[in-house]
Amino acid sequence: MTIPAPLARPARGTARKLHGLWEASPLTYLTLLVALVLSVAPIYWMVVVATRTNDVVANVPPPVLPGGHLGSNVNRLFDNQDAYFAKGLLNSFVVSSCVTVSTVFFASLAGFAFAKLRFRGRNALLLTIVATMMIPVQMGIIPLYMIMVKLGWQNHLQAVVVPFLVTGFGVFMMRQYAAQAVPDELVEAARVDGCTTFGVYWRVVLPALRPAAGVLGLFTFMQTWNDFMWPLAVLNPENPTVQLSINNLANGHFDDYTLMFAGTTIAVLPLLLVFVVFGRQIIGGIMEGAIKA
Amino acid sequence: MTSVGTRPVRPAPRAGGTPRAGRGRALLARLDVKASPYAFVAPFFVVFLVFGGYPLVYTLWVSLHDWGLASGTRKWAGFGNYGYLFGDEQFWHALENTVGIFLLSTVPQMLLALLLANTLNRRMRAATVFRIGVVAPLITSMAAVAIVFGQLFDTDYGFVNWLLQSHIDWHTGRAWSWTAIAVMVDWRWTGYNALIFLASMQAIPKDLYEAAAIDGASRIRQFWQITVPLLRPTILFTLIISTIGGLQMFTEPVLFGSGTSNKMDGGATHQFQTLTMYMYDNAFGHDRYGYGAAIAWALFLLIIVFSLLNFLFVRRAGGTR
Repeated sequence: MTIPAPLARPARGTARKLHGLWEASPLTYLTLLVALVLSVAPIYWMVVVATRTNDVVANVPPPVLPGGHLGSNVNRLFDNQDAYFAKGLLNSFVVSSCVTVSTVFFASLAGFAFAKLRFRGRNALLLTIVATMMIPVQMGIIPLYMIMVKLGWQNHLQAVVVPFLVTGFGVFMMRQYAAQAVPDELVEAARVDGCTTFGVYWRVVLPALRPAAGVLGLFTFMQTWNDFMWPLAVLNPENPTVQLSINNLANGHFDDYTLMFAGTTIAVLPLLLVFVVFGRQIIGGIMEGAIKA
Repeated sequence: MTSVGTRPVRPAPRAGGTPRAGRGRALLARLDVKASPYAFVAPFFVVFLVFGGYPLVYTLWVSLHDWGLASGTRKWAGFGNYGYLFGDEQFWHALENTVGIFLLSTVPQMLLALLLANTLNRRMRAATVFRIGVVAPLITSMAAVAIVFGQLFDTDYGFVNWLLQSHIDWHTGRAWSWTAIAVMVDWRWTGYNALIFLASMQAIPKDLYEAAAIDGASRIRQFWQITVPLLRPTILFTLIISTIGGLQMFTEPVLFGSGTSNKMDGGATHQFQTLTMYMYDNAFGHDRYGYGAAIAWALFLLIIVFSLLNFLFVRRAGGTR
């Protein structure tokens, strides 16, 4: 595998085959370039339409560059009477932030307990958590709605926050990470120093869990931000999340493409920024098998 | 770690208090050690029991009633809702749609993700750029995807018809609308699954391939006889996750139907109405919560059946080739 390229070149047959095994060929780059373009093009097209006027969709061939109407489209978006777009954005920030902070906190706390503390029933409880990960959430949406009616929570944001304060997936992910990232000696030492169990978590374990907690936080935020079905069921159109604002637009303005695309662009923008800044960490998180859809 | 050295020194001052205070503190410390673990894992179980486990079981109870929230009806129906389900043509139609869209999206998606992962699994420049690029679709919401692709698949002005130089009515035809929705799903998830496969591929020892190459096995044969069999557990995991998600498909077809009077219909002839949409429409649209709950249970069964099929399929596929 360490044959230098100039030496390998004249040697045909086996040696060359071995050397070439893991090298990218021009065909590799071409394939990946096509995949890259296909992945990014719809997002780019969304931005292009959001910056133009409505006659854009009838243009043949379709325009390639952004136009100068982003400002006016965004103004129309926030002035729109049906979308409640500003409220949707604000609600989504509040809801996603609450769910993210809470999930990271409770999941790392429980993950620490499962990985580093001894207690009776530990394995059985962990197994239960893994089993709950297999249950599709939407299955229970009808009784969940009935609970919200009983509590008087329909149309209130707590209805889309409280059921998601901590997930089995988050607990399991933090447990896996804590098991290998937090040395037992560290926990012992902190105890000897007089820390309570929560003190050990707060001062020693949580800092050590930061990388995994970051990835869990990113993905929880993304998932909450993009959730659609449950908010649609339990919130009304006047108090929406940003995805419901998009849905509001699609109800009455489905042929006003620049308005709708301005809406989707603004709705995707926060996550796009997060993705640009933390792209590497997100890739790392997915590849460590840490992320579930 | 240096604090380990202070072990004999540190606790000493604490022992210097009055004996009673010392005992009280020791008791508290024991309580802390005994009870803290349970307190730490309790939040998950509380949230899950109230908002996850209980609703799931309660769905069964609701499904045995004629249950309307707006009308206030709540009448025992036994298995009436399930009996109705078997004769309900629209249910079977939605079931066909769900399975059709699921197969149309999952089969190409898995193959494409495997190929993409295999292509990414080389020494190359700008590897991170390509990896980030192919998972970029993941950040978009399904609602946004459905709206953008709804326009791309427009009959008269859509980019897809322009590219194909065709005039396909992607929204009206049953097979065409399934295809359009499957394309949306695959666009969003293929790169993500490819990265999961890539992570597993990187764990395969390279000398396996070297040995195969010396024996004269072609790249394609190496892929099917080494890579794919060794990826079996990962493929199974990904398939099951895709099955759970795919059979519950909701957001994409709902917003793909923008412009029709009832978006839960999935088009004028229900050509792309999924089971979840039918459940949602019955419960929240028509105040038939009991029947909606019965559909939810049917869907749950369907997911279990398909997960088992995945299991059998993956075991068979990698077994004796």
